[in-house]
Amino acid sequence: MLLLAAPPVLILFLLRQFRLLRLGKTTHMTTPLASSDIQSEIVLHRMSNGMTVIVQPMPWLRSAAFTLSFPAGICQESADRAGIASMTCEMVQRGAGSYSSRDLVAAQDNLGLDRNSGVLTNVVSYGAAMPAESFDQALGVYADILRRPHLPADQLDDARMMMMQELRAIEDEPSHRVMRRIRQMRYGDRLGRGPQGTMESLQTISQDDVREFFQTYYQANGAVLTVAGNVQPKQIIATAEAEFGDWKSGDKAVQYEAESCPGYDSIEMETSQTHIAFGFPCIPYGHERYFKMRAGIGILSDGMSSRLFDRVREQRGLCYTVSASCHSLPNAATVFGYAGTTPERAQETLDVTLHEVKHLVDDLQQSELDRWKVRIESALVMEQESSASRASSLASDFFQLGRPLETKALSELIEAITLKDVQEYWTENPPQDFHVVTLGPQPLTVNL
Amino acid sequence: MSNTANVSILTDLPSGKEFRQAKLSNGLQVVAEVDPRSYSMSLGYFVRAGARNERDPQSGLSHFLEHMMFKGTARRSAADVNRELDELGGNSNAYTSEEQTVYYATVLPKFQDRIVDLLSDMLSPTLDAQEFETERQVILEEIAKYEDQPPFGGFERAFEIHFGPRGLGRRVLGTNESIKAMTAQQMRDYFYQRYRGENIVVAASGNVDFDGLVAQVESMTAHWADRPQPTALPEDDPNTLPDGVELTPTVDSPDANQTYWIGIGDGPSAADPDRHAARMLGSILGDEGSSRLFWELIDTGRAEVATCWPQEFSDQGAWFTYLICDPQNLASNLQSIRTLSDQLVQAAPNEKELQQAINKNTASYIMHSERPGNRLFGLGSRYLMHGEYLDLDQTISGMRGVTTDAIARVAKKYLAATPSAVQAGN
Repeated sequence: MLLLAAPPVLILFLLRQFRLLRLGKTTHMTTPLASSDIQSEIVLHRMSNGMTVIVQPMPWLRSAAFTLSFPAGICQESADRAGIASMTCEMVQRGAGSYSSRDLVAAQDNLGLDRNSGVLTNVVSYGAAMPAESFDQALGVYADILRRPHLPADQLDDARMMMMQELRAIEDEPSHRVMRRIRQMRYGDRLGRGPQGTMESLQTISQDDVREFFQTYYQANGAVLTVAGNVQPKQIIATAEAEFGDWKSGDKAVQYEAESCPGYDSIEMETSQTHIAFGFPCIPYGHERYFKMRAGIGILSDGMSSRLFDRVREQRGLCYTVSASCHSLPNAATVFGYAGTTPERAQETLDVTLHEVKHLVDDLQQSELDRWKVRIESALVMEQESSASRASSLASDFFQLGRPLETKALSELIEAITLKDVQEYWTENPPQDFHVVTLGPQPLTVNL
Repeated sequence: MSNTANVSILTDLPSGKEFRQAKLSNGLQVVAEVDPRSYSMSLGYFVRAGARNERDPQSGLSHFLEHMMFKGTARRSAADVNRELDELGGNSNAYTSEEQTVYYATVLPKFQDRIVDLLSDMLSPTLDAQEFETERQVILEEIAKYEDQPPFGGFERAFEIHFGPRGLGRRVLGTNESIKAMTAQQMRDYFYQRYRGENIVVAASGNVDFDGLVAQVESMTAHWADRPQPTALPEDDPNTLPDGVELTPTVDSPDANQTYWIGIGDGPSAADPDRHAARMLGSILGDEGSSRLFWELIDTGRAEVATCWPQEFSDQGAWFTYLICDPQNLASNLQSIRTLSDQLVQAAPNEKELQQAINKNTASYIMHSERPGNRLFGLGSRYLMHGEYLDLDQTISGMRGVTTDAIARVAKKYLAATPSAVQAGN
């Protein structure tokens, strides 16, 4: 019942693709910790098989966390086997090494692992947060999962049924449906596809397909292990070498281009609200002007005094949820947004929201930029309290930038942004080529 | 199989945290779990104003009032409030439940004075009539949003059926009817009734200057003692249903693909020593990722969700079972849930299964507690409802002390009866 629910739709569909904004500066720290504690050294180690290990010690924590990601994501699927990346991710966890499916989970529980795994457009990712003492054993368990899975043929239908359940469930969430549809319009079939595939493609996936996908894409070349928390880099690197040093190395993953199809699509359904999704292209994380662009979207949508929240919700009472956020793939990026409102006010909500987006550059205030900078500063300092959040940020930096980014360097980048930078970027690159999707009782009039 | 020593080493670490508390002259309690090593500090106002405190004409008022607290004070406009919250960075928000309304923020320690000033000031709202009208629309949008979102109001209906449509069963958001009929005057009266020193705990966690906090809250809230005390509304007529409430056990949503089934029965309260055993029982039977229901129904693809958990309130509790699946598998899945529940009623789990649940839950609790922002909610709610402080180690000991006998006792008490059920979706 939050007054200001974080935009759940965007979190699910956009931010799940790793968090792409995690910056700030630490120079104003007032905690008793020495500044050397705040900015601990990141250690990078490249293995001979093409896997990279990145470690950030956070000795003030009790926990440690890791993320192990590699390019076995949705974009590697063929259309008639859509869903196979997720199916493989599920199947490798059904028994591995000396563990049966149940033993594996028991071992993870007893080590105190808070675990997650998931398939994104470009990568598959396995991770866990845990008491720091569990780390070595935990990594051993994951070496079994990724290198020595049983892939039990008699459980393939169970995994298939599991995915069909998910597919049915996401259709029941109108806000998810519009976000799925808009991603598809923006990036095309391959890069805009969701992880669950389709009922038809799931039906056709065979045990041989899973085995082949596993053999082709589960390999060290392009993989990254990021570790943060109460750990010693030397020890972590030794463990990683022992568990993954002889993991096989294959071809580099193929990169695909987005196939954009701007315009308007409406889904008619008897719902209480009309669900509105919109999107337009922007530059990806890693581009030299990224943060100047991102600051503008921060002014538009980050926080309770942001333009969308203030002008669409607070001043007009048009909706409960309205937001926009940036999403990056290696060679395509988008500002996606969402608003949910009752049908009789949907046209006004769409018009006001798009007006604010298109007029972002009008009347930009220094105080708007300053608030955004404080927000980022706080977020980065508080990231020091979570090993899981830090491990995930290191992974996102690696995939978008090809290297980890020190907090200090990032902080300087942000600090240097001026209002003029933001103005110039958005004047030269005004929002255009809009995509809009609505779901509700009637279509809306969309003037793009 | 790994040993269990890893986690217990951690619980033996000295916590380095100090509990402080003070009672102000206006009745307000201030408590803090101070940890000078933290990077942040969290502050919350915990107010005993929830759906269970409302009468029929006030249905949804605690939550509506929560929204209005962001709409300006004598010193700040609505825009000022939002702008200042953003200027302090961090996370700030508010929520309303059946028993309380909470306003909270996590900020860098250097902003303590400013966040205390802002949150304390927000709790003396102007309740402007025009802002009230605009915000009424936002609340109606929030109700509509949940109507579209699975399980389409199924949990609210389950509460209404189990607890009755009032008290703990009252809808936190209210109904379209109650929100449309609400007046700003009703809100002012309710505000004066509930937002009084004796109903409020100020809690803080992390890198907190406690003495500074107490002094500032004391000076900013001294005038609360002068708030008028309006006459309470008369009791509701128990023979009527509040406007907009139905008690049928089905919620229609014909376009849905899945069936959403919610079972609700009795559970332990937050004061009941058996609550730890109930949580472990819930973990063994219903945890996502590893539990008896997981292996039977999720791992096999028979259901999308099959889980259960105890939900504690200050003086009562509930036991929830939640199933999402294909409509044609509903009957067989419910039969499996019944069978698995009965097995725990008839025989305690073995020691190994219990230890696995304890290890998982204690590790998770310790990691969750690393952030002061996460410690805040347990600290403030516990003090508001029970007037006590439980440190991390006490809670961990409670979890570690659970025995298979206790699980058996709790299973017999809460799993044997047939729960009330609500079905939503297809």
